[in-house]
Parts: sequence; structure tokens; C-alpha cells
Amino acid sequence: MQSNCTAAHLPEHVASFASTVLVCQMIPWVASASPTSIFAPASTPADVIFGLSRFVLAVTGVIFVTVFGLLVYAVVRFRSKKHDDGSEPPQVYGSNEVELAWTIIPVLIVLALFLASARVIASIQHPEKPAGALEVVVIGHQYWWEYRYPDYGVVTANELHVPVSDPTHPTPTFLTLLSADTDHSFWVPRLAGKTDLIPNHPNSMWIDPHETGLYLGQCAQYCGTQHALMLLRVYVDSREDFDRWIEAQRRPAQVDGAVARGRQIFEATACVNCHAVSGVGADGRFGPDLTHFMSRDTIASGAAQNTPENLRLWLRDPDAIKPGSGMPAMQLSAEDVDAVANYLESLR
Amino acid sequence: MSTTPIAWTGSDPAQRPLVERLHEWVTTVDHKRLGVLYIVFALICLVIGGIEAAIMRIQLIAPSNDFVSPQVFNRMFTMHGTTMIFFVAMPLVFGFANYLVPLMIGARDMAFPRLNAFSFWLTAFGGLLLHFSFLGGSGLYGAGTAPDVGWFAYAPLTAKTFSPGHSTDYWTLSLLVSGFGSIGTAINLVTTIVCMRCPGMTLGRMPLFAWLSLTMAGLVILAVSPLSAAQIMLLVDRYLGGHFFDTQAGGSAVLWMHFFWVFGHPEVYVLVIPAFAYASEIIPVFSRKLIFGYAVMVAATVCIGFISMSVWAHHMFTVGMSPAANGFFVLSTMAIAVPTGIKIFNWLATMWGGKIQFRTPMLFCIAFLFQFLIGGLTGVMLASAPLDWQLGSSYFLVAHFHYVIVGAILFAAFAAFYYWFPKFSGRMCSEALGRLHFWLFLIGFHLTFDCMHVPGILGMPRRIYTYEPGRGWDTWNLLVTIGVVFQALGTLVFVANLVWSYLKGDAAGSDPWDAWTLEWSTDSPPPAYNFAVLPVVRSRRPLWDLKHPEDPDWKYEGEG
Repeated sequence: MQSNCTAAHLPEHVASFASTVLVCQMIPWVASASPTSIFAPASTPADVIFGLSRFVLAVTGVIFVTVFGLLVYAVVRFRSKKHDDGSEPPQVYGSNEVELAWTIIPVLIVLALFLASARVIASIQHPEKPAGALEVVVIGHQYWWEYRYPDYGVVTANELHVPVSDPTHPTPTFLTLLSADTDHSFWVPRLAGKTDLIPNHPNSMWIDPHETGLYLGQCAQYCGTQHALMLLRVYVDSREDFDRWIEAQRRPAQVDGAVARGRQIFEATACVNCHAVSGVGADGRFGPDLTHFMSRDTIASGAAQNTPENLRLWLRDPDAIKPGSGMPAMQLSAEDVDAVANYLESLR
Repeated sequence: MSTTPIAWTGSDPAQRPLVERLHEWVTTVDHKRLGVLYIVFALICLVIGGIEAAIMRIQLIAPSNDFVSPQVFNRMFTMHGTTMIFFVAMPLVFGFANYLVPLMIGARDMAFPRLNAFSFWLTAFGGLLLHFSFLGGSGLYGAGTAPDVGWFAYAPLTAKTFSPGHSTDYWTLSLLVSGFGSIGTAINLVTTIVCMRCPGMTLGRMPLFAWLSLTMAGLVILAVSPLSAAQIMLLVDRYLGGHFFDTQAGGSAVLWMHFFWVFGHPEVYVLVIPAFAYASEIIPVFSRKLIFGYAVMVAATVCIGFISMSVWAHHMFTVGMSPAANGFFVLSTMAIAVPTGIKIFNWLATMWGGKIQFRTPMLFCIAFLFQFLIGGLTGVMLASAPLDWQLGSSYFLVAHFHYVIVGAILFAAFAAFYYWFPKFSGRMCSEALGRLHFWLFLIGFHLTFDCMHVPGILGMPRRIYTYEPGRGWDTWNLLVTIGVVFQALGTLVFVANLVWSYLKGDAAGSDPWDAWTLEWSTDSPPPAYNFAVLPVVRSRRPLWDLKHPEDPDWKYEGEG
């Protein structure tokens, strides 16, 4: 009881000691082990959650050590002795004072945790939107991501490009989250917590990545057969690279006479029911926009690298890469597969 | 009935033909037999659900594994979750309550014996329906076999568009049918506890087990009803052209989430309150002290029951609620930690100053305390909405709720098995096999579920059938799967212990643990009528009063 009361008053140094042990020793080790660790934040929302998680870990760590210590002490100290006389121990009915103590102290701890959480909720859910903010509409599909940049008239898929945000002149990206079919969830752990994409229920979130690079994640709400390979790739570009990328995406599809046969097959088969290539009459929207297909590193929503071999395999037998995806095997001959692949590889 | 119950049990059961004995089990309305039926049904489903879990763990043992297809994996996690919650945990909880509540309150049966039998058979039929989907789920459309929509079956994945065929119908109907069974048993328990207590047993003298069962049954009525309503709405959507959850016609996916979690969160307490009940009976007996702070324990339980009705949307922190709504559910969810903490401290205070005997039931109870503490603390972390934005739907969450459901509820249920098996069967369980079971399961549990927290922190979402290498998840998943081997071995030892002890165990006598509640005052197993003469009690521990006439409880308890 004594130790319970001391710990529950949570002297600053006890909490900071626990957080030193927990946070400074363990967290960097865990963080370095993965490109998707929540303990390696690179954007403000992820960073403030990381800060809150250290506080919560420290508080719960102290509670754990205290109660666990009491349990171990009770088990060791009050075990029945080998040569027990068989008499019953004193029967204690309870104590209102003690009950009051272990009611009030947890109430105070809960209040502290609630206030800390409320502050973070307010800071993440009510951000200021600076003038330089980028707007992107994210549309979840079974099982891929569509990205629209309404300010630039750009539509792309599966690989989101955003500019890096300098904390002194923030250029955050605001995402509007929509779904074309079932529920999905946008989760890139190093950039922000997850937010669901729900049909008929637009959501929003924001990120302001502080460093350029590739950030990984994936769909975090079960959405059907291929939920596992609905991968997220966020490319954080320098301002110049991002502007160049946007410029390239705004151009219509390249037309190359050398791949006319592939293009003719593409447009004459069911490909165009689902895929769009701007400027050539293919305007399907069930599948990813292919106008700048070769600007992407991966195919099948990150399931495979965009290599000539993988592309041909994907066209011939999609189930070999992503069984259960919406992409059908079009039963093309080997030459036709090659011709379509050549056409797609011309879409830069 | 022409034969009197007394003559009936007096004859040697082994003398009658097998068919006749089986027929008695099928037509029985005896609360003890129905309790055993519930428990045996739960154990069979536990093995099925365990196999489904093992299939998932084999698939996830290494990155890019192809032991099963994504379709099979999705069916496995749907069936595992549905089976374990609705056809293992619920029947187990109902089985123990069915068997023990009438005995503990000095009654001869439940208030509505026929409703009791009807409810059990509904539950059993629901379980059969769910698993029949493996054979019959294709229907005429040939799409899918077992359900693959996840155990909380979020809309609109359950709409005809995304779930053609009949697999989702099997899921819906089995939950609807077993849900009616649960409501029936809950009404029965409430009525029994309110109306059928023996002379002298005021509400304030009821064993905590009865108080906690009353709270649990009240929660079942309040929680399962909206779930049943939602299942009917889903059926209307699928077959009668309704649009409750059909988003393509303007329905609301979020509405289903509210309906499901208005059931789903109280459900957690429907399962964990009975675990508290087992611990509240077992810890005092093996500490040789009465429960510390009886009145506070009752108040804390009822308080948990009420608060648990107002926390459901903490399952929905990521669906885009307003900051005010998020804040409310953070506060209400964390508030539950207060009465729960009170209970943990009271159990500790019960052990404090006692003479603790480490028999198998007590070992499981101590592990329950330890694991429930951790499960509760990770629950506090997830209750903080911003942390949930990161950790929700990740393997950290999966580890958290398995810590509660396996580490707390299943461990407490194992304690209850070892504690009350002598009463059920008249024979003692093997202490050596019990200890082997305990250590195997403890090691397996911690290997699996301690390690499972880490990939969640490293960004691994739940319900993925495969993952690519290089995410730092490989080693942790390997360790998680290795732990399953120990848990499976432990379960085998447990079943072997039950079978061996039933056939060869030492005779238990009526009161093997020197305990204090009324079930230990009658034979083991109890006769069909429970008590030849209805007991009269003057305190919370009637058997203590009998054993210690010089120092009875009623001298100290006062009035209530």
C-alpha cells in the first residue's frame, strides 16, 4: 500500500526515469528496425503522436512496475509456509480509506492522460491551412489508390508525390479521402496516423513531411481479397522535383508510332473499360490511370517492381502477382502481350 | 414425468443403454447438464477456432509465404474471430453461469428450465450453421464458401455487390440464431438471480460470482439486441431491397459500425466480467481470506457495466469523428480503467496477509492478474485516440485484445475448470498435468502475444495474408508462430487431463478446496435437485459459518 501511494503521486523524476529507460533505450532500437515504424516520425502529426506515446508509455510503465511489484511481493511474502499450523489467517473485510485512495489516484491519472490526448486531438484535427498547402483527393479502390490533384488537373495512381515541407515555411499536403467501393484506410506510419476512406463519408487528413524520400504504408482497413497488397508509396520530393513531376503529369500521353500495334490492341480489347490514357480515348476509371505509366516504380499497387518481366507477367497472368485483384487475364497471345507491354512502356 | 428425480439419479447410469443416456442429454432441462453441454460445445469450438488460428500463423511465419491463398486466409480470420467470440467465449461463460449460479444461490434449477434448453440448442444450431458454410456456402452462385468479411463484417463489404453467394448469409443467420439463444439465457440468469435465492440470501450476501453473472446477463440483453437488429437489417438489405448499409444506394457504412460496436464493446465486458467472477471466487479460497472490499467490488462491477455501454466508438477513432466526439470516447474509455483498477487492487489486497496455496487454479489466477494488468494498460494506450490512429487496426491492437481474451479470460476460465471440475465430475484433476498445462500455455502465450505487439508498432496492419520482407516484421512473426506450438501442446495436455481425471481421478468429496460458498455444501456431482433441504444463509460465506461457529461472518457483516 505504501509503495502504491508513493508511485501514484508520480514524482517527476520517477516518470522521467521510466521514460529514459523505455524511450531512450528501446524506442530508437525498435524504430531503426523498420521503414514503417511509428517511432520514427517524419511529419508533424506522426511527431506529436510520438510525443504523446512517450508520455503515455512512461505513465503506464510506472503503473505496471508498481502493481507488478505489489503482485510479486504478495506472492512471495504471503505464500503458505511448509510447516503451516493449518489455522486460517486473519480475515480482513475491507477498508473504505484504502478503497478511496485507490479510486482517487487512478482518477487523477486518467484525467492527466485525457487532457494530454485532448490537446493532441485538437492540434491534429484542427490544423491551420497555410497558403502554400497542396490539395490531393485520395480515392480508395479494391485494391489500389487513385490520386487526383484538382489544382493541377492531374490524375495518377498508387504512388503519391508531395512536396517536402520546410517547418519555417510549411507547405503541408491536405488529403481528402473518398472510397469508390468498400472501406479502406490510409496509413503511412512515419507521416501520420491512419484515417479511413468510407463510401458516402468524405474524410480528411494532412501531412507535412520534413525530409525528402520514399515513405511506405498500406491499407489498414480490411477491404476484400487483396487487402494485403494494397500498398502505399508516398514520394516526398524537393520543391523543384515536385514541380517537374507535376509538369510531366500534366502533359497528355506520348504518341509513338513504333508501338501502334500495342496501342491498337489496348484500345480494341477490354483494357479501355477500366484504364484511362488521356488524349487517346481510353477513359475507364475502374483501374489505375495509365497516361504516365512509366513514371511509376511499381505495378499492381506496389505489389511488384515495374520491370519489363513483371509487366509481361502481370498482363499474362495477374494472379501470379496479386491473386484476386480486379485485373483480369486478357488471354492475349504472347506477341500481343509483348506489343501491349511495349505500348505501356512508351507512356512516360 | 413418471419417475421422480430422486429415483432417477439413484440408479446407476452405466446400467442403462447408451442411446437412452444420450437421449437424456438431448432432452435434458437440468441446469447442470445444460451447463456441461455449453462447456463441451465451447471446447469443441475452441479446437476448431484454434486450428483456424494455426493455419493463419503458418501462413504468416515468413514473408511472401504461400501456404494458403488470400481467399482462404480471409475466411480463416473471419471464422476464427466469429467462432472464438460467439461459439467459444459466450458458451463457456454461459456454461459456468448455468451450472454454478443456481448452486451458489441455493436454488434447485434456473427459473425457466425449458427456455434454458431452448437457448442452448439455438446456440449450438448457430455454431453448426456457421461451420456448415464450409460445405454449403457456395450456394447456387458458386462464390466463396465460409464467410470472408471479417468478424465485425463492416459494410459495404457485406452487400450483395461485394459478397455474392451465401457465405455472408451463413454468418448473419448464425449470429442471429445464437444471439436469440444468448438473450434467452441472459433473461433466465437475471430472473433466477433476482427471484430464486434461498432463504436469508439477500442481494448483499450473494457470492460475487452471482453479482457478476447478473451484471453480465444484463449487459447481454442490452448488447446482443442491437446486434440482432443489425443482422435483420443486413438481411433486409441483401434480400428485400433495403438500403440501411448499402452505400451504393445512399446507405451508411458508419451506421453499421455504430450498431456493431454498441454490441461489440459491451461484449468484451460480457466476457471479462465472468473472468472477474472466477477470480473473485478462487483467489479468496486459495489465499484463505475472504474477498477484500465486497461492497466496493460489487459497485465497481456494476459501474463497469454502465460505463461499458458508453465507450463503443473507441473502435471508430479512425472513421473521422469530430474532435469533441473523439474526446468524449477517450474520456469514457479511460474512465473504465478506474473501477477495473479498483478490482485489481482488491484482489491484491485479498492475497495480502493471506496464506496463498499454489494449486493449479491459483496459478492460473495469478497469471490472469498479471496479464490482465498488461492488457489493461495497453488498453489505456489505445484509448488515447491519437495513439489509436497509429496503433488501431495494427498487430499491436491484435496483441492487446488477445492479451485480454486469452491472457485474462481464457486463463481465468482454465482456473475455473480446475477449480470446479471436482464439483462437475466428482473427481480431482491431476495436479501434475495441470502444472504442465499451466507452464506450457504460459510460455506459449507470452511468446505469441508479447512478440505480437512489436510488428504493430512497426506498421504491420491486421488481416493481411502476406507481407514483403524488409519491414522488420519477419523475426517477430516467426516467434509468434513458435508460441502457437506451445499453446497447442498445453491445450492437448489440458484435454488429456480432463479425460484422464474424469475416468481415473481421485474422488473429490463434496468440498475438496475447503471453500465457503453453497455449491460445496452438496455432493459432487450434485444430485438433480441440488439440495435435499434448501439451505438458509446468514452471511456471504455460509460454509465458513458452519466450519467456524466460534467466529462466524454474520457477526461482522451486519445487515448486508
